[in-house]
Amino acid sequence: MTKAIIKFEHVAKKYGKNEIISDLNFEINQGEFVTVLGSSGSGKTTTLKMINGLEKPTKGKITINGNDLNDTNLVDLCRHIGYVVQSIGLFPHMTIAQNIAVTPNLLNWDKEKINKTVDDMLNQVGLDPKEYSGRYPAQLSGGQQQRVGVARALSTNPPIMLFDEPFSALDAIIRQDVQQEVKELHQNLSDKTFFFVTHDINEALFLGDRVMIMNKGKIEQFDTPEKLVAQPATDYVAQLLGTVRQNRALWEQFK
Amino acid sequence: MLAQIIRYFQTSSAEYWGYVGQHLFLSLTSLIIAMLIAFPLGYLGSRNNAVAAFCQTFSQLLRIIPSLALLFILIPIMGAGVIPALIALVVLALPPLVVNTILGFNEVSPVLKEVGLSLGMDQRQLLKQISLPLALPYILNGVKLALVEIISSATLATYIGAGGLGTLIFTGLGLYKMQYVVIGAVSVALLSLLSMFLMDWVIRKVREDDQSNY
Amino acid sequence: MIKYWQDNSARMMQLTIEHARMVLIALFIAFLVAIVLIAVFLRKKNWMNSLIYFFSLLYSVPSYAFFALLIPITGLGETTAIIVLAFYNEYVLLRTLITGIREVDPNYIEVARGMGMTQEEIFTKVQLPLSMPAIFSGLQVALASTMAIATIASTISAGGLGDLMFEGLQTGRVVPILWGTILTVALTLVCIVILKLIENLVISDGLEKS
Repeated sequence: MTKAIIKFEHVAKKYGKNEIISDLNFEINQGEFVTVLGSSGSGKTTTLKMINGLEKPTKGKITINGNDLNDTNLVDLCRHIGYVVQSIGLFPHMTIAQNIAVTPNLLNWDKEKINKTVDDMLNQVGLDPKEYSGRYPAQLSGGQQQRVGVARALSTNPPIMLFDEPFSALDAIIRQDVQQEVKELHQNLSDKTFFFVTHDINEALFLGDRVMIMNKGKIEQFDTPEKLVAQPATDYVAQLLGTVRQNRALWEQFK
Repeated sequence: MLAQIIRYFQTSSAEYWGYVGQHLFLSLTSLIIAMLIAFPLGYLGSRNNAVAAFCQTFSQLLRIIPSLALLFILIPIMGAGVIPALIALVVLALPPLVVNTILGFNEVSPVLKEVGLSLGMDQRQLLKQISLPLALPYILNGVKLALVEIISSATLATYIGAGGLGTLIFTGLGLYKMQYVVIGAVSVALLSLLSMFLMDWVIRKVREDDQSNY
Repeated sequence: MIKYWQDNSARMMQLTIEHARMVLIALFIAFLVAIVLIAVFLRKKNWMNSLIYFFSLLYSVPSYAFFALLIPITGLGETTAIIVLAFYNEYVLLRTLITGIREVDPNYIEVARGMGMTQEEIFTKVQLPLSMPAIFSGLQVALASTMAIATIASTISAGGLGDLMFEGLQTGRVVPILWGTILTVALTLVCIVILKLIENLVISDGLEKS
């Protein structure tokens, strides 16, 4: 039986009078790859940050792995949830190895275990530890930095991985490569739950087992890509998917 | 001590205001001369890298030369008096003025300048209508720093016979009469604080005017 | 010039050492205080700003007056000089350090939080190392300005290279004034070079290459 690892019940978030999220309800099962699609201001990033406690809900209940977030020590929580952001997230004053070792160090692992983890993680994302461990982020290309970001998030073997538009700064071709890699990564680590926020509809459809489409703080539809295409629940979803069809039409036209 | 201070003001208030007058005269005259040199130089520096580099080096150098040295070195050459004091004070006021003028003009966004040019402004109009108003807060900040520097260094001008409030401190230290020291030091400190508040107020005013125009 | 050096070299070295000791002790004290103040007040923005404003007022007090005013309290001599210099340093250091720390990209801080760092860990592992270049430039500015101000400490019998300048003034000779100036500038430059060397050792290579 699958179990719900992330559960939102009637969650709302306000900044002053501004309601960013209103009455959010969903469950995500262990091992799922969920992508969240929405434009800026849709509340998708806020939703992600509420999972690791960077943002607190004004109303409602969030349960992670059976524990109510209100009863959980947030620092501990963060140390057990992987968090990947745009390439800017690598600390420029630390080497690649030091960047990956941040959370293991916070957890006071012993040196040997940390070194082994660094090597394993770099191998995992296809970077040679011998070559890259001692370098600084500024000496890496955008795509490589992004891989290190993923390796860093994986370092403590967390059950949940959060991705906040990690690839939005990469150019189209590299972007496709890393998307493919993340997809394979999830296939290799099939017990991990991936929660991936993006504003790119192709990315969302390509990566997600299920896609959550958000608009103005609400979920428009949360379904498999196949279902979304076959039965869009709202006009918004239909319009959004329409853009994919338009792109295809364009392709056909020039072929 | 307090009684002594009060007695001083009762018997010698004319002398006191004389020192204040000298101090203000030294400070303001040197500030005005320094501004007349620094503003054109700073504007040039913002348009010409060689001038800017020269100004930066000159300022860096002056920062590590003690102001005391600048004041004293002129005496054996020019003798004591007001003129060498003014020269030294002008030199000391130049770095903050020039550096901040250059900074101010450089902070003006090139996009705005291009827009100005594309609207048909010539260099003069561009300077007057766009660059100068936008650079003004930085320039005034330079004036503030220069003024503080001048008032501070003018305290030492007494050693080279130019008078000012430093004379009270100097006399007090020499005769070990603390009331003189306190009167002189507090007056200079107040003068410095007042001028800083005044400049801060002017700068805030300029900023507000800027904002209300948008 | 050279004759003066030959006649007085021992005393000149002595004064240089006094000068350096005065300035460096003041810088060291001010630096420790600055780090403590920042660690305590970093997240109380209003407190921090008022603190900086307070020190900026002290900073604008002319040094000659500042030295003189402390005489009734702490007497003549080196201690008074060090106190005054430390106050001047405090302003420069606080201002540059705070600017450096505030300019650290907020993204890094959010990522650090997201990775499970506590506030103290974020301060020591992310904010402080990332603002190292600002810290060192602050130290350098403070050092250069107090080296110059310390010459005035001679008026309150604290010794240092100002003694040479006053000697020249009183005897009407350029040579001691020049020597005083040269030694002050040289001492400043030597200290700045040493500071740069330390900076190169301390600052992460990752920050230089970007």
